[in-house]
Amino acid sequence: MIENLAPVPDEVTQEWWDATREKRLLLQSCNSCQHAQHYPRTVCVSCGASDLEWIPSAGNGVVDSYTVVHRAPHPDLETPYVIARIRLDDGPTLLSRIVDFDEAVLACDLRVSLKWQDIPGGYRLPVFRLDHQ
Amino acid sequence: MTSSAIVGVAESDLGVTNKSILALQAQAITRALADAGLSLTDVDGIATSGVSRFSATQVADYLGVQPAWSDSTFAGGSAYEMYVARAAQAIEAGQASVVVVSFASNQRSAKSRRLGGLVESHTPEAQFEAPYGPLYPISYYAMAAQRYMHEYNASPADLAQVAILARDWALKNPKAYRYGSQPLTVDDVLGSTMVSTPLTAADCCLVTDGGGAVVITSLERARDLRPDPIRILGYGEATTNTSMSQVPLLPTGARESGQRAFAAAGLVPADVDVIQLYDSFTITVLLSLEALGFCAPGEASSFVSSAETRLGGRQPLNTSGGGLSYCHPGQYGVLLLVEAVRQLRGEAGERQVDQPSIALAHGTGGILSTHATVLLGVDG
Repeated sequence: MIENLAPVPDEVTQEWWDATREKRLLLQSCNSCQHAQHYPRTVCVSCGASDLEWIPSAGNGVVDSYTVVHRAPHPDLETPYVIARIRLDDGPTLLSRIVDFDEAVLACDLRVSLKWQDIPGGYRLPVFRLDHQ
Repeated sequence: MTSSAIVGVAESDLGVTNKSILALQAQAITRALADAGLSLTDVDGIATSGVSRFSATQVADYLGVQPAWSDSTFAGGSAYEMYVARAAQAIEAGQASVVVVSFASNQRSAKSRRLGGLVESHTPEAQFEAPYGPLYPISYYAMAAQRYMHEYNASPADLAQVAILARDWALKNPKAYRYGSQPLTVDDVLGSTMVSTPLTAADCCLVTDGGGAVVITSLERARDLRPDPIRILGYGEATTNTSMSQVPLLPTGARESGQRAFAAAGLVPADVDVIQLYDSFTITVLLSLEALGFCAPGEASSFVSSAETRLGGRQPLNTSGGGLSYCHPGQYGVLLLVEAVRQLRGEAGERQVDQPSIALAHGTGGILSTHATVLLGVDG
């Protein structure tokens, strides 16, 4: 990952990033309508309520889509790498990476599971690996 | 149907200009005013972005104009179609009488383009997306293309048809960056440098300098100024996302934008004689054709590769050569309007479509973030 793009948590997201130190992937759940969302924010995007709580995600989902990046945006990034949208079984979609990939096997709708990647500062980034390859 | 009209259009110098942004802006604006038979002293409305934080104010200051109305809505390449809507509203409300919509960039001369885009550190994307290293905007369009191919059993060769068509048109446009080059083949596009799968360099728009301007006034005044004012028949827009994760990849906001524009104009896609779509990437055109209702889902590539989108066809598409082969100064939306007007006036030279009466210009900004559609028509 890119050192100069290391995340800088704010008052809303600090707890989410702290949980990554313990390899826990958090989502927000709305206490009014039970909608689950990610990234963390102060309102429910489904009903507009502001009574949100943290819930753990099991980190299972499918590849909504992906792209193999061959030209890096920064000189310290090694190509190729896979950027993907992961649709969690819990509902939300997040941008991530697929690690340990075999390009010949990669496809939309394949199942993936959560892995963690260390980044500077002690936080971790959620990344994903194909369940069968 | 609005009671406003486009009465002047122009490009600035294009390609590699070694000129400053404001010099290119002034060039486009004064040329468009001359085309309209007007001058800077007539201008009381300015809409522009991409200059500085205070873009419209900056351009007004440079031109010595103190406008009664201005707009710098930042919506990437679709902003210029949005400005047409807002300008028509301002003119109809009596807030302005002559509005200039403009854009210019020197991004190729200044080497100011970055593969990763600009990350603003206070945004959620900076925390939750940028650390993964996506190319901005390319990787998002690449993921849209991958999903599109998956859902409709399409291939990179289907995407390539858009680049091939753009090149064919550019070979008829002396102002096109690729004028005088060769036609493209599927192998050329697929064999170009891979950037972010499935998009190769040939699936991506050019990086050039350039700009344009459009002058809008009331239909009544427009008729006094020239015999062929171009009417603003209807407009619509949709804003959907800034991040790469929050909305489905397909269909895009072009669906709502187009529905709103067609409803306002009382028209349907089959009424359109010439189509100008933002082609930031080949996939953008396939997605927009289907979302706007020109093609059924999954059928855009066969439409693009058919005779219908070429000279003599039913709905010629991206007749300037587009962002892929004509000019892409970073926010290409204003040049879609310039080409649409030239086609409707019959001024397009070798690439002139046979007497079109209705044109569509559709802008797309950001990462399929903002969408704006304008329908234009000849008067009478």
